Amino acid sequence: MIRFILIQNRAGKTRLAKWYMQFDDDEKQKLIEEVHAVVTVRDAKHTNFVEFRNFKIIYRRYAGLYFCICVDVSDNNLAYLEAIHNFVEVLNEYFHNVCELDLVFNFYKVYTVVDEMFLAGEIRETSQTKVLKQLLMLQSLE
Amino acid sequence: MPAVSKGDGMRGLAVFISDIRNCKSKEAEIKRINKELANIRSKFKGDKALDGYSKKKYVCKLLFIFLLGHDIDFGHMEAVNLLSSNKYTEKQIGYLFISVLVNSNSELIRLINNAIKNDLASRNPTFMCLALHCIANVGSREMGEAFAADIPRILVAGDSMDSVKQSAALCLLRLYKASPDLVPMGEWTARVVHLLNDQHMGVVTAAVSLITCLCKKNPDDFKTCISLAVSRLSRIVSSASTDLQDYTYYFVPAPWLSVKLLRLLQCYPPPEDAAVKGRLVECLETVLNKAQEPPKSKKVQHSNAKNAILFETISLIIHYDSEPNLLVRACNQLGQFLQHRETNLRYLALESMCTLASSEFSHEAVKTHIDTVINALKTERDVSVRQRAADLLYAMCDRSNAKQIVSEMLRYLETADYAIREEIVLKVAILAEKYAVDYSWYVDTILNLIRIAGDYVSEEVWYRVLQIVTNRDDVQGYAAKTVFEALQAPACHENMVKVGGYILGEFGNLIAGDPRSSPPVQFSLLHSKFHLCSVATRALLLSTYIKFINLFPETKATIQGVLRAGSQLRNADVELQQRAVEYLTLSSVASTDVLATVLEEMPPFPERESSILAKLKRKKGPGAASSLDDGRRDASSNDINGGVEPTPSTVSTPSPSADLLGLRAAPPPAAATAPASAGNLLVDVFSDGPAAQPSLGPTPEEAFLSELEPPAPESPMGLLADPAPASDPGPEDIGPPIPEADELLNKFVCKNNGVLFENQLLQIGVKSEFRQNLGRMYLFYGNKTSVQFQNFSPTVVHPGDLQTQLAVQTKRVAAQVDGGAQVQQVLNIECLRDFLTPPLLSLRFRYGGAPQSLTLKLPVTINKFFQPTEMAAQDFFQRWKQLSLPLQEAQKIFKANHPMDAEVTKAKLLGFGSALLDNVDPNPENFVGAGIIQTKALQVGCLLRLEPNAQAQMYRLTLRTSKEPVSRHLCELLAQQF
Repeated sequence: MIRFILIQNRAGKTRLAKWYMQFDDDEKQKLIEEVHAVVTVRDAKHTNFVEFRNFKIIYRRYAGLYFCICVDVSDNNLAYLEAIHNFVEVLNEYFHNVCELDLVFNFYKVYTVVDEMFLAGEIRETSQTKVLKQLLMLQSLE
Repeated sequence: MPAVSKGDGMRGLAVFISDIRNCKSKEAEIKRINKELANIRSKFKGDKALDGYSKKKYVCKLLFIFLLGHDIDFGHMEAVNLLSSNKYTEKQIGYLFISVLVNSNSELIRLINNAIKNDLASRNPTFMCLALHCIANVGSREMGEAFAADIPRILVAGDSMDSVKQSAALCLLRLYKASPDLVPMGEWTARVVHLLNDQHMGVVTAAVSLITCLCKKNPDDFKTCISLAVSRLSRIVSSASTDLQDYTYYFVPAPWLSVKLLRLLQCYPPPEDAAVKGRLVECLETVLNKAQEPPKSKKVQHSNAKNAILFETISLIIHYDSEPNLLVRACNQLGQFLQHRETNLRYLALESMCTLASSEFSHEAVKTHIDTVINALKTERDVSVRQRAADLLYAMCDRSNAKQIVSEMLRYLETADYAIREEIVLKVAILAEKYAVDYSWYVDTILNLIRIAGDYVSEEVWYRVLQIVTNRDDVQGYAAKTVFEALQAPACHENMVKVGGYILGEFGNLIAGDPRSSPPVQFSLLHSKFHLCSVATRALLLSTYIKFINLFPETKATIQGVLRAGSQLRNADVELQQRAVEYLTLSSVASTDVLATVLEEMPPFPERESSILAKLKRKKGPGAASSLDDGRRDASSNDINGGVEPTPSTVSTPSPSADLLGLRAAPPPAAATAPASAGNLLVDVFSDGPAAQPSLGPTPEEAFLSELEPPAPESPMGLLADPAPASDPGPEDIGPPIPEADELLNKFVCKNNGVLFENQLLQIGVKSEFRQNLGRMYLFYGNKTSVQFQNFSPTVVHPGDLQTQLAVQTKRVAAQVDGGAQVQQVLNIECLRDFLTPPLLSLRFRYGGAPQSLTLKLPVTINKFFQPTEMAAQDFFQRWKQLSLPLQEAQKIFKANHPMDAEVTKAKLLGFGSALLDNVDPNPENFVGAGIIQTKALQVGCLLRLEPNAQAQMYRLTLRTSKEPVSRHLCELLAQQF
């Protein structure tokens, strides 16, 4: 299962942190820093997977943003790698060419997108069409 | 799709965010935030009632401030108010605030739960989903208690919308994981399984996750999911790339759902129904076939999605480990990936092949890729890929390729990253020992290790080479010659000096005939290193010197001169000084015969598990999954690969400062074996056994805890790893406990640690601790043979009503236990209410092909949950009188089975768990105790009195508790202890 999802920029600023298990605030901060440290030193020739504590991080870089998903060691790497991409494509469609600033100014909407696609640490919905239709519907509500 | 403009709807929020972004310094940011907080506070406190929009805006600003890392101590109430708005956007912000900033303020929880309840009942799917997401995100026990019963209903209700079902399924999953006891199984379970047939693929996607979790704890209840999952999978796999429309991702039909279904199937053995199995095998073949087809797209997304399914398919094939054809095909497929240009695929192929190497069907096929893997070790740029390559080489190693693999690993070691050197050293050491045909190769390999990576050669490794050389006389001469040559190097690692010193001290005589390595030459060579070494090494060398005096009388004068030197006799280090003084005196006063006896060659070490193997396992950390992998990796060395020669092994190792001669501790062999390396759990557990029996002193709780904590610094994460449920096979699967089970159980009534069981094959050690109504038990299964145990599965069974009285959660252990190896299992125990019978531990495994089974009683008795209570005499008698109903008292008069020693009796009573009260009983010979048994449901106060009668060699034991069966049970348990 997913333990947490992080979106960070190269400087280490967190653009989204979604936790699926209990951590206290200090621990969260520590995790955020550690993830940033392990992910940013890697280059394109490296794998998209890093062992991390008792888990592993599946990550992918889009421009200046690192999308990281922390999952159990036995979880399927490629499935989560593509789950990231699927998520990014939805964001891109929803925000119309998404950029880092969209995530900053609409942080509360990003959570909605996440909850549509991932819930309780599991993949909830994978169809981009369905997710976008739902988001659009919510958008139209007052 | 219309794009969302920046912060639309809440202009104030967008302005605030812009302001923060424009702050030039941290101070400016804090200033701006404080200004905003003051503003929001005044708005919330103001007389004018805020409209929903403003409330939403301010709550959202507070949330933003919190996410920036600042504390927020108000606004919770306003957020809760938003929950009852009938506008989606307001509700959404309210729920988001609660989900991110939840605190267990009981007043608020009640209000929040109330709002959730209303939304769940609203029949508005949008609101229902918001409420469900909130429960899933928070997942607290309070929410579990409030909603665990409602959600299954929503999930299976015919009129629930698809999106609501999706959310309900995962919401339930979260609650079940957080507090399984709150989620009642019922008629809904069958209907959940049928969600696998749902038309809406999103519902299936969510439901599979829920079922996968539930079936792990209740495999039988969910068995029907197998055939449904197979047919669903079959429909997906055989569909064309566009059939599934919305669920096709880069021409791959439903990749995530396929992966989830394949993972669900890995919870079960291969389907029993031939038709289902046939259909599944067809699916697996289809996936393997598709991997060979040309890609439908050049995009990496296409190949990733396709390969995600492929890797999960291979995992399932490995899990079944029963279809040779599929296993070999899987191996060939992975072989292709080993040379793929995508680093991800090479990495995953190496990882997956590691597990294939342990299957007897594919081991040979894996071995054919050895050159590619060696090449990966040499050329991969990503250290994690190289590490996987090293893992795979270790896994595929057997007698036929050991020399090649070991030499490649040694070569790799010279340039390996510091982070993984120690692990490589351990692996090389293990392989060299395991597959040594002639031990001269083994000795060369270890000395090479010390030469190349001396700093990373831990004590375990060099102790081990000493043990092996000591135990095998065919290699002693060679070892002496080799270390002598190695020591010639002008700069050699201190570990080399240690090994060299020890070996020459024992076997230097074997090469003394050669004038180039005559005794004086040996001595001066060693002594030339002496001054550069640490105290521990110098202490070891002093022992070598005294051994030389015995081996080579001609060196006596020189060595006595060295010992007599002021730098030794008056050395500031007390250990060195004492050795110098004692050795000097010994060499002067003892006759040759005495000297020869005292300084005799070390006796062979007792055979035990390789301490290196134990260390490698410890290094791997407490991660459940990695320990499972380990089991599989280690399994590569099992006997199908050509038989492993039983190798001498021992855990007991002399610590560097241990007195090699045993001058200060008699008898000599004990001195050599007793000082175990500190912190070695294995040693502690097993040395605890026989020694602990006579003396039942209080165990040093503190040290015990610190030892048992996982060694990794990241323990907070480790603790959160999901414990696997204690799956209960039906009673028909479990044999009756072995005849001596009761006797073994009795041994543990008054103590928590020791050897629970031992026969020729296996030893089971126990360490446990109990606090309040909770306990944690560590079981150590040691394979005493040199052959691997397979399908090793220990399970805990609750006979009769025990299920409702005692909860035991176990963690899975590796299915293979290597010869000489030991695996550990952790049990978390919760006493729910008083109980009389202990749980059973049922153990099954295959040894040399023959199934073995064993049922024991777990040493968990009601008295473990005792909390000692101190009280004054007056209170004691008052309570004693209160418990005067006939059934509250149990009494036994019995003959002493052991010598009647007051101290031993005291220790046993303390071990039993009650407090011992002095000056209560008028007769000082008598013992009086008090305690409370802590269970989740109730507490049982207990008073006890033991009256020994030394003349008659009898005891009278009286128990009074507030619960009749408990009195009787405690009385029986305790009476057997004296």
